[in-house]
Amino acid sequence: MPTVESLQGHEGSPEWARSERVLSAVCSCRLAKHRASCHIHSVSDPVILVENLVKRFGASTAVDGVSFVVPRGRTTALLGGNGAGKTTTISMLLGLLLPTSGSIRVLGEDMLRHRHRVLSRMNFSSPYVDLPHRLTVRENLMIYARLYGVDRPTRRVAAIMGDLQIGEFANRPSGRLSAGQKTRVALAKALLNEPEVLLLDEPTASLDPDTADWVRSYLEAYQRRTGASILLASHNMAEVERLCSDVVMMRQGRIVDQGAPAELVERYGRADLEGVFLAIARRSEAVPA
Amino acid sequence: MTESGMTDLGMTDTGTRRAVRAFSPARVYAMVLRYVYLLRGSWPRILELIYWPTIQMIIWGFTSQFMATNSSWVGQAFGVLLGAVLLWDVFFRGQLGVSISFLEELWSRNLGHLFVSPLRPLEWAVSLLVMSFIRVMIAMLPAALLAIPMFGYSVFTLGLPLAAFVANLLVASWAVGMAIGAMLLLNGLGAEGLAWLAVFILSPVSAVYYPVSVLPGWLQVVAFALPTSHVFEGMRKVMFDHVFSWSEMAWATGLNVVYMALGAAFFLWAFHRARIRGSILQTGE
Repeated sequence: MPTVESLQGHEGSPEWARSERVLSAVCSCRLAKHRASCHIHSVSDPVILVENLVKRFGASTAVDGVSFVVPRGRTTALLGGNGAGKTTTISMLLGLLLPTSGSIRVLGEDMLRHRHRVLSRMNFSSPYVDLPHRLTVRENLMIYARLYGVDRPTRRVAAIMGDLQIGEFANRPSGRLSAGQKTRVALAKALLNEPEVLLLDEPTASLDPDTADWVRSYLEAYQRRTGASILLASHNMAEVERLCSDVVMMRQGRIVDQGAPAELVERYGRADLEGVFLAIARRSEAVPA
Repeated sequence: MTESGMTDLGMTDTGTRRAVRAFSPARVYAMVLRYVYLLRGSWPRILELIYWPTIQMIIWGFTSQFMATNSSWVGQAFGVLLGAVLLWDVFFRGQLGVSISFLEELWSRNLGHLFVSPLRPLEWAVSLLVMSFIRVMIAMLPAALLAIPMFGYSVFTLGLPLAAFVANLLVASWAVGMAIGAMLLLNGLGAEGLAWLAVFILSPVSAVYYPVSVLPGWLQVVAFALPTSHVFEGMRKVMFDHVFSWSEMAWATGLNVVYMALGAAFFLWAFHRARIRGSILQTGE
């Protein structure tokens, strides 16, 4: 995927038109001088490009015309209350769910047509999707290492178990792990293939503060080392402020605002991102200051 | 180790192969490994596999011994009932082999992880068939071998036709298994009972223990539309007439090709529907 800047001079090409269309949909900047300081238009090389995404289940619309970009090498948060459409959006990004309309491009590939071209370069973790309970941690990781086509899977599994300090319970069935241990194993599975794009659904849900902090530090270190792009759904605003450079706010299936965390805090005149979240969730207050 | 505590292995050393092959035997192997790990780690599962075919064989062995002296039909070929029960179990266990492995993924709510990986539905389906074959061998070999010292009957005396019968019954069971898998994808665990019961509706019209000719005319039409009935007719021709019926085998094989194609198409269609309805993430215990 070419960068937006690199497309300058190629105006009119399909790639330019696609990036321009999405960026225009998510940002109201119209003047070039504003775009120069706008964080959305400063997005270079979007790794995930979502355009007019719609998902209907019968008469109910779960996601309603969502467009956003995830820049390369950065962490973007997808925020919203329960039922806002975050999980549905992530499921569509992963190809588990087919959208009613709209387009998704990940690493330059059309996910609706060619998702198998990029699935080995992505991965996913969620506390709501289990690994087989009766298999040991090591067995689960070995299977996923092979599914992702990881070279020398035994060595890779040993390395990731060392990194995430899960060696001591490597031979324990996954169903007999504590919440913290399960999260570390899920993270190990998500990082087995050293993904360029990582989708994380509440990666620190139900973890004690110490373990949660350890997981965040690990993710930061992983991103520094590999330059991976991360899309994160979380209800922990402190976590989002710490990890994310961009935030996409959803409500009732639509994007209601987006920007850098500090930018949103300033725009809504709140003390922190939690205040912004509450303002948006309680719609009558959702008027930027 | 790096400062962050991570092992810096680098993509060129241990990272993913960027393979996007349409069909990868390595991914099929990974899934077979997943089910083998499960079997290996649970002796009750292995025991359960062996238990019922062996009990069935013992019951029908004694029944055959009794009937051999009281029924001229069984008397002509002592193994006709034992052979039938063993081959029927190949069909039943073959279908269960597909369905149970499939159900394991629903019970463990693992489908979400599987299908965000490069695994393709067809590769998963093939791994289910391989597991079905492995489970049938684990289930049937002890029962077939035990019948030799217990009743002096060896199903292996059927010779090469036995391989043809077993192969056709396995393929027929896979077609049913694929269809049940599709129903599970469409209806979730609410359709779990189908996995255990579906094949029994085929039992009366498969002419397992009696010839197709005893069925009423309209049911004979149904029976001859099933590959299983051709296999059991073929088995009886070997045992009573000592001839291998190529026409029965041709019918069974031809019908299997049709049903397997239909089963696979139904499975892939159901998978597509599940992606539209979002049921891949919603299946579970």
